[in-house]
Amino acid sequence: MNIHQIANHLNDLGDNSHTGFQFDCYPIDGDVEVLQVNIVGREEIPLFVSVTENQVLCISYLWGEDEVKPERRSQMFETMLELNIPMPLSSFAKIDDKYVVYGALSVNSSMKEIEQELSVLSDNCLEVIDELSEFLN
Amino acid sequence: MGILNKILTAFRGGATEVGQSIVDANSTRIFEQEIRDAEKHLTKAKRELTDVMAKEMQASREIDRLKRAIAEHEGYATQALEKGNETLALEVAEKIAQLDQELAEQQSANDSFSAHAIRLKELVRKTERQLADYQRQLSMVKTTESVQKATATITDSFASSNSKLLNAKDSLERIKARQQQFDDRLKASETLAEENSDKSLQSKLAEAGIGEQKSNANAVLERLKARK
Repeated sequence: MNIHQIANHLNDLGDNSHTGFQFDCYPIDGDVEVLQVNIVGREEIPLFVSVTENQVLCISYLWGEDEVKPERRSQMFETMLELNIPMPLSSFAKIDDKYVVYGALSVNSSMKEIEQELSVLSDNCLEVIDELSEFLN
Repeated sequence: MGILNKILTAFRGGATEVGQSIVDANSTRIFEQEIRDAEKHLTKAKRELTDVMAKEMQASREIDRLKRAIAEHEGYATQALEKGNETLALEVAEKIAQLDQELAEQQSANDSFSAHAIRLKELVRKTERQLADYQRQLSMVKTTESVQKATATITDSFASSNSKLLNAKDSLERIKARQQQFDDRLKASETLAEENSDKSLQSKLAEAGIGEQKSNANAVLERLKARK
């Protein structure tokens, strides 16, 4: 399993996806191979996929620390913890100064499962921003 | 929980700058060496265990054989006594005593093999647990490193393409607006399609002379004549 296989699969799906989304992906060059996955119509919030030795990580950026209302920060944390389990397939995390939602899959996952993961992650991401926007500037 | 602590310390220590590795390559190498050592121990312990278990089975087979031989000879001795042949009975009894001695030896060997096997099984379990834990910890280190590098890659890519990650609310607004536009367009085209199909039905009905008829000059004339 590598990001190129995932990219080829998603790009070749066209209108035949199981999720009703159209994907547009391209690898980003760097120290670690990362696949940027754009969902058509949602280009502003891309998803990023990287494959490590034992898992496939799908990450979507929510907002930066600078976008959080400082006085609401701890309430935001609490809300995130409360939503963490109900939110299907994705979890909250923080990378450097950015909050993210992410999902981790086994490297033995099928392409259909990866496709589902990405579509759910994107839905979750949009919903989270919508629901938690009261904590943001 | 040693490794979690290391990761957190590294984060808090500010080792989060782009490109800076969270746990140095050296400690990853040490970890990998520890895993290799544990794997070697495990293979050795498993091989030894197989060996000891084979010896245990051998000893237990030997015990069975000796027990059968003793029972057999006890039968012979009894028969000799029944026939009044004391000398022969004594000879057999000597053989039984010798077999008894052998049985005791085999029994003690067997006990020692069993105890050894139990110890080795425990060692294998312990090593397997330790190995799984090392692997979990190494995976944490590697994932942290990989995510950090991936983040650097993503950040670099945005910087070089001059596009900036929009703030969350604006991004969502744009996506929603686009979705709304799409929905509106869909609705408009649906309405249009409905109207068109309505119209074509109306015209078909009119052609067939069914439904509301368009008034025409003849009809008006007829109506006027009828009033007279």
